[in-house]
Amino acid sequence: MCVAAPMKVIEIEGDIIRAELGGMTKEANLAIVDERPELGDYVIIHAGFALHRIDPEEAKITLALWKEMGVIDEIPD
Amino acid sequence: MKYLTEYRDGSLASKMAERIKAISTKPARFMEICGTHTVAIFKHGIRDVLPEHIGLISGPGCPVCVTATRDIDKAIKLSRIPDVIVATFGDMVRVPGSESSLQKEKGLGADVRMVYSTMDAIEIARQNPNKKVVFLGIGFETTAPTIAAAVVAAQAQGVNNFSVLSCHKLLPPAMDALLSGGELDVNGFMCPGHVSTIIGTAPYEVVVAQYHTPCVVMGFEPLDILQGIYMLVSQIEAGEARVEIQYRRAVAPEGNPNALKTLDRVFEPCDSPWRGLGMIPKSGLAFREAYRAHDAEALFDLEVPDSPEPPGCKCGDILRGVNTPIECKLFRKVCNPENPVGPCMVSSEGTCAAYYRYSQV
Ligand code: SF4
Repeated sequence: MCVAAPMKVIEIEGDIIRAELGGMTKEANLAIVDERPELGDYVIIHAGFALHRIDPEEAKITLALWKEMGVIDEIPD
Repeated sequence: MKYLTEYRDGSLASKMAERIKAISTKPARFMEICGTHTVAIFKHGIRDVLPEHIGLISGPGCPVCVTATRDIDKAIKLSRIPDVIVATFGDMVRVPGSESSLQKEKGLGADVRMVYSTMDAIEIARQNPNKKVVFLGIGFETTAPTIAAAVVAAQAQGVNNFSVLSCHKLLPPAMDALLSGGELDVNGFMCPGHVSTIIGTAPYEVVVAQYHTPCVVMGFEPLDILQGIYMLVSQIEAGEARVEIQYRRAVAPEGNPNALKTLDRVFEPCDSPWRGLGMIPKSGLAFREAYRAHDAEALFDLEVPDSPEPPGCKCGDILRGVNTPIECKLFRKVCNPENPVGPCMVSSEGTCAAYYRYSQV
């Protein structure tokens, strides 16, 4: 039930955004999001609300860890 | 998205599994306390790539499953009140109460509607000014702030015929209850990703300090889970117990302060009954005075008799991690997704439903 997917913000109107993932779009409310997203950002959406703006820098740090572990050779840029 | 596709890469998954094998010498059992993890672990065959001495067990991570029969009976009682529309997330309608389910009541004429978001329930209330719309507030810390935000919106917009039956549950008190019970044998927790997006890591620090049990917050892609298990194994091998975040792209140590503020504005912690775990102190959410006008518990007479668990159903033991569905005599033979005896078989994230779909036994 806590399923929540990262989706790309394609429209912002006041406190409502429209976001897209694999051709499917969803509306979401920004009332409780931690950081207001901009167009093109990825957000985690759950039950009609955006919960979190995904930080690409953090995603990259995890990949850097994988490189250290030898799971990947290069961090894609 | 840049940096997100890698988390699903199957060829990387086997490399990650090799790293786990390379460092793991001690037997260990890890509990996942999120139903979405339960499903992901089965779906991606995570168990099959782990060393044999690493066991994964499922815990109380499905909000529908841990809802007490008594609370389901209250929802059923609500649906029988004339002029009441019950709005709920989908899985709830099929969960058996002690003598009916919302689905059966709907068949008998009750107005029960499935919604995707609490905001949809407010819309139903607005369109039906002569009816009372009650939303079933089921969910952990991921969902509860969305419901709090809806209550705030309803109050601000004067939607007075909208209320919530608050059956929300908080996960860290349940972890504490499981460990203090002494019956559970685990060496680490796979902490829920999206619950932690909201609550951050502070509540797990308490668990680590008291029970010296490693906690790693992980995401839901195969690589997230494998890396999270790697982190748990590293701690075990080093004899350490810490809180670590694997799911950094979605979880900050402080969580989501904005969502927590909204939650705290509407609700306060209260003792709450869990299926299988009984009453757990400060593990539920009750309405604060200022929002009591939207509290279904205060608006309707919801007294129901004590309700026994379905005979033979082991959901309670499964939610505590002491039994697997395979040890339930009814599993597959009597109980299946078409004919669920207990909630763990109803919910798509229930442990019994996951075993039914993915395990060969
Ligand atoms: S298999 Fe069915 S009866 Fe057995 S524990 Fe699971 S839900 Fe209950």
